[in-house]
This record gives sequence, C-alpha cells and structure tokens, in this order.
Amino acid sequence: MGAMALSDSPGAPETCVVEMRGVSKRFGEKLAVDTLDLEIPAGSCFGLLGSNGAGKTTALRMIYGVTRPTSGSIHVFGSDVQRDPRGIRARLGVTLQDNVLIEPLNTEENLRVFGRYHLLDESRLSQRIDRCLDLLELRSHARLPVSNLSGGFRRRVAIAMSLMNDPELLILDEPTTGLDPALRLSLWSLVRELQAQGKTVLITTHYMEEAQRLCDRVAIMSGGHKICEDSPRQLIESRLAREVVEIDCPPDREIELLGDYPGLLQRLRSGGRLLVYVDDARPLLQWIRQRDDLEGRSLVVRPSNLEDVFLDATGTALEASP
Amino acid sequence: MSVSWPHAVAVWRRNATMYRRTWKLNILPNFFEPVFYLAAIGIGVGAYIQQMGGTSYAEFLAPGLVCVAAMNGASFEVTYNVYVRLHHEHIYDAMLTSPIQADDVLAGEILWAMTRVMIYGGSFFVAVVLFGLAPLPQALLALPVIPLAGLLFAALGLAFTLRIPGMDLFSFYFTLFLTPLFLFSDVFFPIQERLSGGWSWLAEALPLLHPVRLARSAFQGSWSWLQVWDLLYLLGASAALLAVARRAIRERLTS
Repeated sequence: MGAMALSDSPGAPETCVVEMRGVSKRFGEKLAVDTLDLEIPAGSCFGLLGSNGAGKTTALRMIYGVTRPTSGSIHVFGSDVQRDPRGIRARLGVTLQDNVLIEPLNTEENLRVFGRYHLLDESRLSQRIDRCLDLLELRSHARLPVSNLSGGFRRRVAIAMSLMNDPELLILDEPTTGLDPALRLSLWSLVRELQAQGKTVLITTHYMEEAQRLCDRVAIMSGGHKICEDSPRQLIESRLAREVVEIDCPPDREIELLGDYPGLLQRLRSGGRLLVYVDDARPLLQWIRQRDDLEGRSLVVRPSNLEDVFLDATGTALEASP
Repeated sequence: MSVSWPHAVAVWRRNATMYRRTWKLNILPNFFEPVFYLAAIGIGVGAYIQQMGGTSYAEFLAPGLVCVAAMNGASFEVTYNVYVRLHHEHIYDAMLTSPIQADDVLAGEILWAMTRVMIYGGSFFVAVVLFGLAPLPQALLALPVIPLAGLLFAALGLAFTLRIPGMDLFSFYFTLFLTPLFLFSDVFFPIQERLSGGWSWLAEALPLLHPVRLARSAFQGSWSWLQVWDLLYLLGASAALLAVARRAIRERLTS
C-alpha cells in the first residue's frame, strides 16, 4: 500500500483543472487577450489580477466556454472547452461581476431556479439549497424577496447560486467589489473552506491584499498580456526588496531627499507618494533624517506586498538610480 | 450545437416562475384589449354594416382578432421582456454559466412566448365562443392557427430584439410595423378586394394576413387552395426567421 502510494505520487504530473495555451481574443480592432498561457492546478486558489480592462473577464468567459478564443486552445477538466461546453459547465460554477438575481423571488426560489438550469432533480435541489443556505449563512434570509436584501446579502445569494451544482471549479469574478470588510473576511473564509473540500477556485480581483491572503498563485494581467505569474510570496521576493519606505514627496524633491544613497534598489511613484524598496529600512531612514526634518511629511515603513508588485509590474516603476 | 430540450424547459420554467407572481397584473389588459375591439368595432360599428360576405360584421371580425391576440401575446413577450432580460437583468449571461447554451435560451424563450400566445389567444377564443361568434365545431379548426401565428411573431420579434442597439426602436416596431399589420391584414376588411391587381402581391407579403385568412376559413368552413399557401407562408417564414434569431442570439451571447 505504502509503496504503491509512494511510487504513484512523485512522478505523476500535477493535474491541471484549467490549461490555456497561447490563447488570444480579438474584438474587432482590440486585442482583449494576447497569447495567454495559464495552468491552474487542481485544488489551488488562483488569482487573476489586473485593473479594469486588463482582459480578466474575457479570459474567464473563454474558460467557461462562452467566448470563443480567436486562437489558442483551452482545456478544462482535461476536455476541450469548445467541444464539450455543457459537460464542462456542469462541473463548474461562476459568480459574475454583477449579481444576476430574479428580484420578485426570494432567496430560496432564486437558488431553485438556478439549480434547474443544471437539471437537478427535486430531491437534489432541496438538498443543495439547504447546503448552500448554510454555507453562505443565508438561512435567516431564505424567504425574503431578494429585492429587499442589502448589497452584501445579494452578493451571497449570487455566490450560493454558483454553488448549486456543487462545482469542482468555482470562478469568482471580482467577488468582493463593493463589499464591507466584515463580509470580505467571511468570503475569504468561504474560499478556504471550499479549498479544504478539494475544490479549485479561480478569482479575479483588483484588491491585492485579497489576492495575497487567498491565492496560492497569481497572474498579473495588463492590456491583455500576462505580465508575471507565481505565488504571491515568490513574486514579492523575486521582484522587490523586503521593505518599503513610503514618503510624501513631490518628484522635484526626490533628489534632495535621497541624494546618492548607496545600495538603493528600486523606487516607484504612486501619486504624490514615493516608494523606496530596500532590504533594511533603518539606514535609509537615518540618511533621510539627516537631510530633511520630515516636518509635515508622512513617512511609513512596511513590508513589501503584492500591491507593490502590481505597481512595479504594470509599468509605473521608475529607474533604479537617480 | 443543438437544442437540449430539458435545458430549454429550464429557461421556460424560469419565466413561468416569474409569471406566476405577476400574471394578475399582466393578464387583464392583454385579455381585454381584443374584447374591446370586438365590442366597439364588431358590435358597435358592425351594427351599421348589413352584410360581410354572408356573415355579420362581428362574425367576420372575430377570427381576425383571435390572430391579433396571438400576435400581441407573442410580440410583447419577445420585445420588451426579452430586451430587459438580455440587456438590463443579464439573465442570459447567468444562464450561460450553467450547461444551458444560446440555442436552449432561444428555444426556451420561444416556448415561453408560445405559452403566452396560447393563454391570450386561447382565452380570447373562449370569449368569442361565449359571444356566440364561433360556429362550433368547425371553428375549432382555428385553434392550431393560434400557435402558428404565435410562432411567426415570436421568431420575428426575437430576430428584431436581438439585433437592435436600443430600446427606443421598439416604438418603430409597434407603431410602424405591428399597427399597420393589425389594420391592413384582412382583420377589418378583405384587403385584396380594395387593392388593384398589380398590388395584390403587397398584401400577400403581410405576415398577419395568412393566419387571419386561415382562421376565417375555419370559422366559415370554406377552404380553398389559398389556405395551403397561407400555411406554407407561415411555416416557411417562421423557419427562416428562427434561423435569423438563432444566429443573432449566438452572436449576442457568445461573442
């Protein structure tokens, strides 16, 4: 038994739930997605990051077989999406960016209607409705018309709908946009719970903190391209120094402040703030204090995060030396 | 890709579930409209008309209004309602995250439009019977004309709705297309008798003319080869328009 398990696991290739090879999508003149390669391992939480218009939603639509790629191939659960979209969509769930609810119906009825899209029989329907109401903590709101629900509850109903078929892959398109922090936290724990059940989660977001906390791997997209991909930790470590000094500083005061500080790794600018990346912030702070009394200037030292990687990767980076 | 009927039925059931909530508001105006026409024109104006090809004017009018009820039942459903589901509520985008495909959406919407056609056309037919304007049993042969007319106008309306860029254009569809059809398709008077020979082809092109002639033949129990042409027109035009609508829904939902 033990020997079998051992001989099986090491050599076996990691199974991928989603495999995209050289996928492009053109809408008229606009190239929405440009030769995208993605592999999403089973059981992982994968984040697709990027600002609005980066091509995230188009990439998702191609994965669940609604948008046909202009070129390239997409396999989901090992099958070609264009060949078997029904079979593939039976095994995945999608929460769209905008909640699509039937306003006059209550939560339970909305779930029932959606379950019927998956052709669940009546006993399976009731069973899944029960499960989804519990999972999303919607029990107390089961009989209320969804038009009476707050934004957070409406979002939960939308997510519950996408779980009606007990999907192996859950696709969440910007699930927490517009949600309050408490709700965001509860959604994160839901994602972890689903992952613990062995499900794969594909999420798009423009909240870097969310991606850093949730995702095993992230890919950053900009203008239809994938710019980089790795675990959040690897991305941060490989691209940036460990710490950031954030200072209020107009561009013309930069040289005054930093001068020719030795060993300066990288600088970025975000609005009126200057971000300086160094492995150890203390000597830099001393250096700055010698040159400026920092009167009326805010200065923050913090660890580098995915937000910094995003700024760096999407091209707002400055040159490394003055 | 082809239609999966269980999925089309799921689309149909979504609309039916919604409709169960709102039918009381919907059904009354839709039902009474043709009844008012029958009372005002058929009985009111009809009192001044002695004979209409061997029948009373109300008897002449009744089968035509049955077809109008079917046309309107289909048209309201596949214009405003489908447009709102498509562009405002994004219902179809959500459906397409499940195994439902664009063709199933089209089939489900047609099924649903036909359901409403049967409700409105059927209930108006019953009203006509109660007015004593439908000679039974021969008028029962007009019943299959209701879904045939409904299918044609459901396909036509869907082809239009799926192509237009904005909702404003529905006023053209209703005012410049359906209203003239209503007025000039043999419902109120035999159009061919008023047109000079060179223009009769124009009347034959009107889609409402054919179900009206079929229904009237059933009511009057007088059939001719013309009714074969009417039937062929209905089936052929419906098939062609369904093909247009199918292309349009695929382009709208799966680009």
